Amino acid sequence: MREITYREAVREAMCEEMRRDESVFLMGEDIGAYGGGFGVSAGMLKEFGPERIRETPISETAFVGAGVGAAITGMRPIVDLMFSDFMAVCYDQIINQAAKMHFMFAGKVSVPMVIRGAAGGGTGAAAQHSQSLEQMYCHVPGLKVVVPSTPYDAKGLLKTAIRDDNPVIFLEQKKLYSVKGAVPEEEYTIPLGKADVKREGSDVTLITYSRMVPYCLAAAERLAGEGIEAEVLDLRSLSPLDRPAIVASVQKTHRAVVVHEAVEFAGFGGEIVSVIMDSDAFYQLKAPVKRVGGLFCPVPFSPNLEKETFPTTERIEAAVRAVCKGQRSGGRE
Amino acid sequence: MSEISDRSLSYDREFLRELMVRMMTVNRFEERIHELFGQGLVHGTMHLCIGEEATGVGTGAALKKDDYMLATHRGHGHALGRGVDIRAMMAEMLGRAGGTNHGKGGSMHICDFDNGILGANGIVGANGPIACGAALTIKMKKIPDRVCAAYLGDGASNEGAILESMNLAAAWDLPVMFILTNNTYGLSTPIERAVRNTDLAQRAAAFGFPAWECDGNDVLAVYETVKKARDYVIAEKGPVLVVEHTYRTSGHSKSDKNLYRSQEEIRYWEEQNPIIRFRSFLLEKGIFSQEEIDGMGKEADQAVQDAVDYGMSCPEPFADSLERDVYAGEYAGVYGGGFDAGFGTGREA
Repeated sequence: MREITYREAVREAMCEEMRRDESVFLMGEDIGAYGGGFGVSAGMLKEFGPERIRETPISETAFVGAGVGAAITGMRPIVDLMFSDFMAVCYDQIINQAAKMHFMFAGKVSVPMVIRGAAGGGTGAAAQHSQSLEQMYCHVPGLKVVVPSTPYDAKGLLKTAIRDDNPVIFLEQKKLYSVKGAVPEEEYTIPLGKADVKREGSDVTLITYSRMVPYCLAAAERLAGEGIEAEVLDLRSLSPLDRPAIVASVQKTHRAVVVHEAVEFAGFGGEIVSVIMDSDAFYQLKAPVKRVGGLFCPVPFSPNLEKETFPTTERIEAAVRAVCKGQRSGGRE
Repeated sequence: MSEISDRSLSYDREFLRELMVRMMTVNRFEERIHELFGQGLVHGTMHLCIGEEATGVGTGAALKKDDYMLATHRGHGHALGRGVDIRAMMAEMLGRAGGTNHGKGGSMHICDFDNGILGANGIVGANGPIACGAALTIKMKKIPDRVCAAYLGDGASNEGAILESMNLAAAWDLPVMFILTNNTYGLSTPIERAVRNTDLAQRAAAFGFPAWECDGNDVLAVYETVKKARDYVIAEKGPVLVVEHTYRTSGHSKSDKNLYRSQEEIRYWEEQNPIIRFRSFLLEKGIFSQEEIDGMGKEADQAVQDAVDYGMSCPEPFADSLERDVYAGEYAGVYGGGFDAGFGTGREA
């Protein structure tokens, strides 16, 4: 199968949906000739023209709000926020407007809109351009939150998100943009709310998403050398959340480590742990569930400092070893 | 671009009657829900527009049937002025299933999407950007003879969302009408304490589009001004600002004790109420008799009474589908965990 980058996969999803449905359009800062802050929309202006590849002033509240207004009157906007951190600039339009309308207006209107943003760290962009704020959106009823880790998932999930009648926050991890992966030429979509087992294992489940998926896969390979078979469960979307997949995997492995790049304290990992604790899988746990997340600090600039902020494969491995201690005896720690 | 009507326009008698009945209906509606609140039948809060009846009614009359409209938190007059079903609106005030929002929205979120009323907004200034989006749909779909009107107050005029949306509407030539009802106070803060330059109409020029001003307590002036401004939007394919100067004689909300203004000031403006002024106009011109105008008042009373009767007859909404109603489309059953998920909150136990 051919291989394309995550960036190209996102672009292909948008182009295919714009060809399929003329109410779909893209708007955001510098998405035209410049090709978007991360080159995602390169070439799209040429195919679709400036009406549908609509460049905006640096005015997030206005253009995200315009996305809401267009969505409730029959269009299907994709809003490119460049850095997802900028959602803090236009929070009202996302939280108080887009998320609330379907419910508050008694189902008389829906808000079919995708808000795309580059998320996460690892690029030296420092405190205001490196955050992983997905848990904040998950907490708001009315939003859907998608966090793909591979080109295949990014394309299939974005196509579904564009066809969804609700506001979807689609977070693309910057470090993944240049990662290549197999993506079929034929059309496909991936439903939201379906996790994917990226690696089968029997001893422990690593529950993760986005950039931490490749980290967990690398850690799992190393751990296999020590006789620990880790399952890697990629959630792919956080809202809706595939709770049955989490519970089923933990019921199989009896151990779990939750890994995300976002700050660990009050992060989405807490919700994942709660899913396990609230289910029958709790009775089958052989060790406490551990979390590995970002440090409780703004993302610092210097490469040395930044690297320490986020989970490393070493930290993931250490957490797995801790929950697997005494694994061979099969005893409960 | 301030223009005072010479009133040489000959109005249809029925149209003038309709304006009066609507203003009276808005006024009675507000008085009545105030009373129902006192009786414990309406809960929460509400923002009454007594004194501002001419703005919603005059503006609403100048818009066309298919125009989009976005109201503010003080939106009862905007909604009734555009013809939202008063019975469903009253049912919503009463939190009933038969309300415009099935009891999920309340006073600040009245909507009627079938008639272009894209909802009132509880966040001051937030409807400006949304209006740009609705106008963008008009532009992209090339819908002829349609505009999107967004109400805002003098308070909202300092919100970044409004200033950003004025810029976006201008940059993209969007058919947006910013209808600024300057009622003199942002909650309790008088306009002269909120801005240095109180001439809010001047703002439009900074963004490159025209503004019109009118006496917002003169319903015909409001109507004529908005009509003229609307014609401009259609002809020039760009936004406008209309400033309607008025005064809110009712308090900001239920908790307002009017500590920030004098009783004399309020009394002065009560005498300038647009209904009183329009009545004088109609009598002076001999268009209607006192008896006929009293009849309009009775008609308004009856409409509000019917609405209360209807609202009270509607059942209370059931709480069995709250989590289901959050998203459009098929319910995934994997969010709240309460009713369908089979995991989670323990509520199933």
